[in-house]
Amino acid sequence: MPQFNPEWFASQIFWLIVTFVGLYLIMSRVALPRMAQIMEERQDKIEDDLAKAEKLRQEAEEVYQSYEQQLAEARQQAQKMLKDASDQLDKEQRERHEAFSKELDQKIDEAEQRIDSAKQQALDNLQSVAGEVAQQASAKLLGEQVAKDKADAAVKDAMKRTQEGGQA
Amino acid sequence: MAEQTSTNGGDGGGGFGLHPMEQFELSPIVPIQIGDLNLSFTNSSLWMVIAVAIISALMMLPTRGRALIPGRAQAAAEMLYEVVANMLRDSAGKEGRQYFPFVFCLFSFLLIGNLQGLIPGSFTFTSHIVVTFALAAVVFLGTTAIGFARHGIGFLKFFAPEGAPSWSLPLLVLIELISYLSRPVSLALRLFANMLVGHALLKTLAGFVFVLGIAGVIPLAGLVAITALEVLIAILQAYVFAILSCIYLNDALHMH
Repeated sequence: MPQFNPEWFASQIFWLIVTFVGLYLIMSRVALPRMAQIMEERQDKIEDDLAKAEKLRQEAEEVYQSYEQQLAEARQQAQKMLKDASDQLDKEQRERHEAFSKELDQKIDEAEQRIDSAKQQALDNLQSVAGEVAQQASAKLLGEQVAKDKADAAVKDAMKRTQEGGQA
Repeated sequence: MAEQTSTNGGDGGGGFGLHPMEQFELSPIVPIQIGDLNLSFTNSSLWMVIAVAIISALMMLPTRGRALIPGRAQAAAEMLYEVVANMLRDSAGKEGRQYFPFVFCLFSFLLIGNLQGLIPGSFTFTSHIVVTFALAAVVFLGTTAIGFARHGIGFLKFFAPEGAPSWSLPLLVLIELISYLSRPVSLALRLFANMLVGHALLKTLAGFVFVLGIAGVIPLAGLVAITALEVLIAILQAYVFAILSCIYLNDALHMH
């Protein structure tokens, strides 16, 4: 096998050293640092972008939370306003109701009073008419004039009796 | 045996009878003689230079733009970089970082060396035991030196496993020592044998293709399949060589 021919050992090793050292110098001095730099820059950029994204996300979160809070506050306020309005309405209604019923009571009282006085007047009228009727009737029947105040007293007495009898 | 078959190949060499071992023959391109040493620039040296050129081009040309978002070529270069960086980090940890350029050169040099050997008419310098052994020796001596530099004489404890009964210590130390010393040999032989056998097989099959005429499509099909296999082996063996170097480096840095 040509591999074991010692004639070429020196040349093989010599050129291996030359080429490998050359490769090592090119790689370690130029190619690999450049590659490392590229990757580091990319890593930095990615990390930077991620940090930015995270910051934006937090900001969005904050905005969302404040929005939520405001919404909750607004809802609470609206509820309170609704309750106030309904309370006020209730109160007003109650007051008006009371006032109206008071007025109504008053009117009823007045009307009753009027009715009473009218009744009284009617009764008084009735009494005097009845007195006259009784006077004239007794004059016709008895042929003698009965004193006016006597007739009145008799009518009064009779009315009183009927009233008491009616009541009893 | 080499003499015999090569003369046979020469005799029957009417165009077809290329000998499977002939591809490993070295021939000087620029003869250089220094004293007693023959340092000629050979076909092997040429392909070493080509490998260096390919690696340099692969790593430097696409990265000129230093693009933040890599194109295809830069992505390929970055992938090679990442593969080696991950390999080193996974097996040797953070302290291995400073040896990254060496491991990267080792892997890429062997990878391109193995792969370009599959181009018909090229020369596979990794199929020469002198080359693989020289690289293995650098790894072996380097890791041993790192081990002693880091742990001083305490690195010798590496050969005495902890927790073993003391009566078995001499035997264990002997075994550990032998296994340690056989590292460069196995490292060199594995790569050399894989490349040698693969290329010899390809050449033998290729010989059949011409000899069998029309029936030659059968070995041709085998040739295609084995070429695919050889591509895999070329990558795998470069990887194995590099990762074993990383593991040896880890042993030197952390003593297991």
